[in-house]
Amino acid sequence: MNRKSKDGKILLLQGNEALAEGALAAGCRFFAGYPITPASEIAEHMAMKLPAMGGTFIQMEDEIASMGAVIGASLAGVKAMTATSGPGFSLMQENIGFACMTETPCVVVDVMRGGPSTGLPTLASQGDVMQARWGTHGDHPIIVLAVSSVRDCFEIAVFAFNLSEKYRVPVIILSDEVVAHTRETFVPPSPDEIEIFNRVTPTVPPEWYIPYEDTGAGVPAMAAFGDGYRHHVTGLTHDERGFPSQRSDEIDALMRRFFRKITQGFHEIQRVETFMMDDAEIAVIAYGSVARSSRRAVIDARERGVKAGLLQLVTLFPFPRRHVEKVLQQCRAVLVPELNIGQMSREVKRVHRNSSRVETLNRLDGRLITPREIGDCLIKMYY
Amino acid sequence: MAEGMTGLVHKYLRHDKKFPHIWCPGCGNGIVLGSLIRAIDRLGLDKNKVALVSGIGCSGRMTTYADFNTLHTPHGRALTFATGLKLSREDLTVIVIMGDGDATAIGGNHYIHAARRNVDMTAIIVNNQVYGMTGGQYSPTTPYGAMTTTTPYGMVEHAFDISALAVAAEASYVARCTVYHAALLDQLIESAIRRKGFSSVEVLSNCHIQFGRRNRMASPVKMLEWFKENAVRMHATSKMKPEELQGKFIIGVLADSERPSYNDEYEKVREKARGISVEPKPPARFEG
Repeated sequence: MNRKSKDGKILLLQGNEALAEGALAAGCRFFAGYPITPASEIAEHMAMKLPAMGGTFIQMEDEIASMGAVIGASLAGVKAMTATSGPGFSLMQENIGFACMTETPCVVVDVMRGGPSTGLPTLASQGDVMQARWGTHGDHPIIVLAVSSVRDCFEIAVFAFNLSEKYRVPVIILSDEVVAHTRETFVPPSPDEIEIFNRVTPTVPPEWYIPYEDTGAGVPAMAAFGDGYRHHVTGLTHDERGFPSQRSDEIDALMRRFFRKITQGFHEIQRVETFMMDDAEIAVIAYGSVARSSRRAVIDARERGVKAGLLQLVTLFPFPRRHVEKVLQQCRAVLVPELNIGQMSREVKRVHRNSSRVETLNRLDGRLITPREIGDCLIKMYY
Repeated sequence: MAEGMTGLVHKYLRHDKKFPHIWCPGCGNGIVLGSLIRAIDRLGLDKNKVALVSGIGCSGRMTTYADFNTLHTPHGRALTFATGLKLSREDLTVIVIMGDGDATAIGGNHYIHAARRNVDMTAIIVNNQVYGMTGGQYSPTTPYGAMTTTTPYGMVEHAFDISALAVAAEASYVARCTVYHAALLDQLIESAIRRKGFSSVEVLSNCHIQFGRRNRMASPVKMLEWFKENAVRMHATSKMKPEELQGKFIIGVLADSERPSYNDEYEKVREKARGISVEPKPPARFEG
């Protein structure tokens, strides 16, 4: 595909296909999944492309199994991904927890549709935001990214793999039905333009290898099964050699390292995009497909004399607090439009210090929030 | 013999790291682990190229003690992890240890699909007919009428025949044994590992603490005698009437066939995909 782009060809892709292409460009060579609307095209694209690249596609018996196979592949040293929607994402939570505990890199795409339960299979929602953060049980670090366009889908897929490999943590990509099925033109970057990070593997001899050693970065080197570094991987809380532990000092050290490694990486993990923010007096904080409506709304509001701006959250978790705080200090009012009852707006309200007003705009009917709806709110807030 | 066994233990167990083990005295898990080690040793497999995957339960702890690439997965999911491993690292010999609750209750669906899919790996199911680690609740293989902590008035469900499930799903190799028949178990595990495709070895094991104690077999010896008296070799079953086989354990090789494994089939897919120069269903595009 990259060769074609060098020939000057432009691709017309839907979000799901671009996501799959991004994953392949990032080096993903294993995909296990289970059919589900509106995510199935990702699996279909992977089934088509992976075998010729020497990779493996497999359709498992359910989403629990898909997530298990993905972790198994990653432990064997292969970059692996799965994709699903709400109901399947619920099933994956068990094994996502295992990936958190064993620090196994993997990427999980959740193309959000209306819920709870079977909900609205063919309509958009942003109802899974908190599930993405806290879906699996126990304290755990996790990275959650949101996509809003076809270009995003490609780029964020690469970003997700890089973060997952670098921090040894599952990365969730939240897409939604609108982003997934919108077709847009897209010129993919050539391979040499794509920066790829591969997990750090041990350089010491096997007898010196400590699989969960606390390093400065908090991310231990990861040996693949079969490479001579025989070690134990367990979902039980473990010591730095990987064996089950009930010693409070070892448990505490492990848990705190999980969080420390992510905190130390905030500068590169927390990604946001700003639009017309320089002199903005009111701002929209949005993500996913709603961020696109918001962009349009900001342009329209500017034409009507409203000094509006947009803070688009690419990283939802770890919550990009310092970026949001800056906007809250700069603007007298902030609008958080969402396709849910207010999941990210709660986070915004959590970090805000009464310096500005936080308004919400919520749609729960499976339809996208329109630029006009956002624009009307902005005008009301401004005057 | 004793010296030979000790040598093997030193060679294959993490004896200096993670012992004493958590199993009760007299537990059948040790016999299964011993058989597995003898089989691997006879096959001459490189420890670095063996992946031992387990689920949750007493049997799941086997991976902690054995010195291979070991993976201790969530309850019931061992086969799914093993599938990902084997499909990504063809050179690994993948062996999966599960309990009866692990393989047939919470992981039952994974088990039948792994057998059907025929991924090249060996599943060893330690069937002690009870949930031992959680305190003796009934499992899908608890015999009808048995007493457990969750069937205080006797078991009213009928037990799964694990191996029959694997045969029906057309696994390449299916065998059953008991921990009493340890020498046979060595051979069965060895040929199961040797066989390409999915192989399943069900081992009836004794949990005299959680199962035997409530069912008039409160010692390992009593439970092993039960296995000894009720085991029937596969080749002897042809001469027996169905009613004679009631309550018996048929041991030996139940199915053994040469079927292409998933790995072989997928290699064909890769070749086919490489051979196609034009994508059959390309993403829509236009000249820019």
